[in-house]
Amino acid sequence: MTLILLTAIFALAPPGEVRAYDTPGDRGEAITIEWQLSQDDAVLDGYEIYRSEDGVDFQKVGFLGRGRTNYEDETDDDKTYFYKVAAVSNTARTLSEPTPQVISSPQWINRTKINIFIAMFLFGGFILYFIYHARKGKELFIRKIAGLQAVDDAVGRATEMGKPILYSLGLGYVEDIATIASLNILSEVAKKCAKYDTQLICPNNRPIVYTVAREIVKEAYTEVGRPDAFDPDSVYFLTDSQFAYAAGVSGIMVREKPATNFLIGYFYAESLILAETGASTGAIQIAGTDSLAQLPFFITACDYTLIGEELYAASAYISREPLLLGAIKGEDWGKLIIGTVLIAASIVGIFTKFPILDFFR
Amino acid sequence: MKRTFPLILVFIFGIIGIITFIIPHPIVQNLDESIRNDILKILVAFALVLGLGSLLKVHMDKIKRKRENWKYSWILIISFLVSSIIGLFGGVEGAGPLRTSIGSFHFDIQTLYENIFMPLGATMFALLAFYMASASYRAFRARSYEATLLLITAFIIMIGIIPLGEKISPHLPSFAQWIMTVPNVAGQRGILLGVALGIIATSLKIILGIERSWLGGGE
Repeated sequence: MTLILLTAIFALAPPGEVRAYDTPGDRGEAITIEWQLSQDDAVLDGYEIYRSEDGVDFQKVGFLGRGRTNYEDETDDDKTYFYKVAAVSNTARTLSEPTPQVISSPQWINRTKINIFIAMFLFGGFILYFIYHARKGKELFIRKIAGLQAVDDAVGRATEMGKPILYSLGLGYVEDIATIASLNILSEVAKKCAKYDTQLICPNNRPIVYTVAREIVKEAYTEVGRPDAFDPDSVYFLTDSQFAYAAGVSGIMVREKPATNFLIGYFYAESLILAETGASTGAIQIAGTDSLAQLPFFITACDYTLIGEELYAASAYISREPLLLGAIKGEDWGKLIIGTVLIAASIVGIFTKFPILDFFR
Repeated sequence: MKRTFPLILVFIFGIIGIITFIIPHPIVQNLDESIRNDILKILVAFALVLGLGSLLKVHMDKIKRKRENWKYSWILIISFLVSSIIGLFGGVEGAGPLRTSIGSFHFDIQTLYENIFMPLGATMFALLAFYMASASYRAFRARSYEATLLLITAFIIMIGIIPLGEKISPHLPSFAQWIMTVPNVAGQRGILLGVALGIIATSLKIILGIERSWLGGGE
């Protein structure tokens, strides 16, 4: 009688509405278990998750602290599983009813990302629309970007002074978009160097970036009809170590005293070392990065800085190719629409109770 | 064909990159992982050989032509050869066939890395403090409206996050925090938004073959 009474007093309410389902939008091998908090959640240690393949023999597979309502279990695909969730305190444990059988399997479409995918397609559509117009010969207005307007002056200055131009692609890998954008700019700068017979120095931090950069410079020299002027040793691999690269490039700046330094790509802590050393040698410096942490350093120490998106627009801006300019125009329209949506959503969110944020989740 | 083949490859691999974003199925994900983890690593290995070859060639040429500071190139070449021999034949911690210790003096790759390479890297990193001071001096000179604004903001932040700030005014730390979390983050998000759109536009231009500067330009 006492035992029954004590059990009644110390028994815990089990977690409610336990359900298990194949985790949506994943590559399989996962089942999500959800439950509602036990009525005794405040006094619990947490929740234990039990799994069975036959619905009889349950094994513990996980534990979560109190206040938590879901758990993702690693499973084998195409196997049947049953789950129970137990509310656990240091003196008691109460199991829920078992869930119906559930099977995990891989999905072909991640529905949670469809909104981003649609937005990407719309944005892509804008770009293609403006490219189409540019192809038809429509004049497109692009705002002035000081850093890119200075490229011609910078190359001209180096030519007049008879000094080299240093081009650093940063520490990014070849798959980083900042590195790709920088390689595009390198192509345009190399063409100008080839045209004016100005020496180009391009020390690299990544072996693959080095091989691509070398080919780009070589092709640029060929395109302006100066393949003989291309020096294969002008583009070289320095080191893949961050600070050794900073030391190496700083050394080149001090010894060779380039008239112009291009620091364009993805940079880390070495950005300030390079920019300050370049500034101390009196070189014109044009920097560009999409690394937010390094932008203030470049803005401080360099003459011109391409901030974020300007870096991606550079190639089109310098080459003035209508098709590329069309893409920039599309980009600007994309920004206008996003800006409008953000302002409208902020107004709705601030002044009404409409759950506007749910649209963006 | 010299340009068409790379463009076709970029288109195929670019599309694979996009569809892996929305298709979680293992067939697609495993292909993506294989490209990133296996194929790229093999390419890096080949490129590394080319890279090291170029580095040696540049310095050998410098010695051969007796260019300015050519003697320093010997340091690079000797260091390169010594560390390569020790690394290849001595193993990482001296477990290879080459003996990498004389008595208690060890010169295996791990020891060289910990006692030469790391301190040199740390030294360069430490120099940042001095570069930061000189850059700050230049940035905070109140020559224009923007520079003055920057100087005032930096002063408020610096005073606001030290105990003295609270002694001056109890509101100063929270004001400094507000500057960091509201106007600063707003500016950063603006840049990030532009960066994200720029990334999509650049990727699209490259995948569709509109942007060809990475091929050296031309048709």
